[in-house]
Amino acid sequence: MTIKEIARLVDGVIVGAPADDSYDVEKAFASDLMSDVLRFSMDETVLISGLCNNQTMRTSEMADLRVVVIGRDKQPDAEMLELAEELDITLIKSKFSVFKISGILYEAGIQPLY
Amino acid sequence: MHYTFDIERGNFADAGQASSSVKRTLKQLGVAPANIRRAVVALFEAEINAVAHAYGGTIDVDIDGSKIVMVVADQGPGIPDLDAAMQEGWSTASAKVREMGYGAGMGLPNIKKNTDDLKIDTKVGVGTTVTMTIYLA
Repeated sequence: MTIKEIARLVDGVIVGAPADDSYDVEKAFASDLMSDVLRFSMDETVLISGLCNNQTMRTSEMADLRVVVIGRDKQPDAEMLELAEELDITLIKSKFSVFKISGILYEAGIQPLY
Repeated sequence: MHYTFDIERGNFADAGQASSSVKRTLKQLGVAPANIRRAVVALFEAEINAVAHAYGGTIDVDIDGSKIVMVVADQGPGIPDLDAAMQEGWSTASAKVREMGYGAGMGLPNIKKNTDDLKIDTKVGVGTTVTMTIYLA
């Protein structure tokens, strides 16, 4: 699934790095705990999180994540957006809860990480 | 090659910059992606631990053709019960650290999982030195 398709499904707004249309997302992992994110290989995975700060970006960088859906209508600040662009990470802001975003993407065929 | 970075207590705005810099260097050196991931996840967890718990410290990274050695040395409270700290879920993180998304008690277990050699020297009231080695062969 493309990043833009994910954004459409969760009624989201794309910010940070521009969406790479060639990037195919197959799996998702939902967590607000960054050390849990670092436990797993995140290839072709979208992170769904309610944590919205610089550390979400740094953790994504270490985990090789390319796209993060920020739920609960959290608003990334200017510094976080700058970091997202610098690290080539696309953010999708959604007003939906993390649970709802997860349900929508699961129903659309995105697989759980495990 | 040798790189040194400083760690500033409680500075979560900049935490991760050292790990980020090391990641860029390893990429430039053409290290295999799986080894880069292991190294930076371990280093990042150690860096976050030091920012979260210690009063300051340093990171020293040595890279040669066969291995990456990363030493995170802090002046801090030390770890009173290292066996407990190695268990998943054990944490003494403050509310502030938890708000930043850490404190799940996965830091040291993640470091152990991602390194080939791990040595932790800790003394209560003095500090902790974590030495992590990744073999590239």
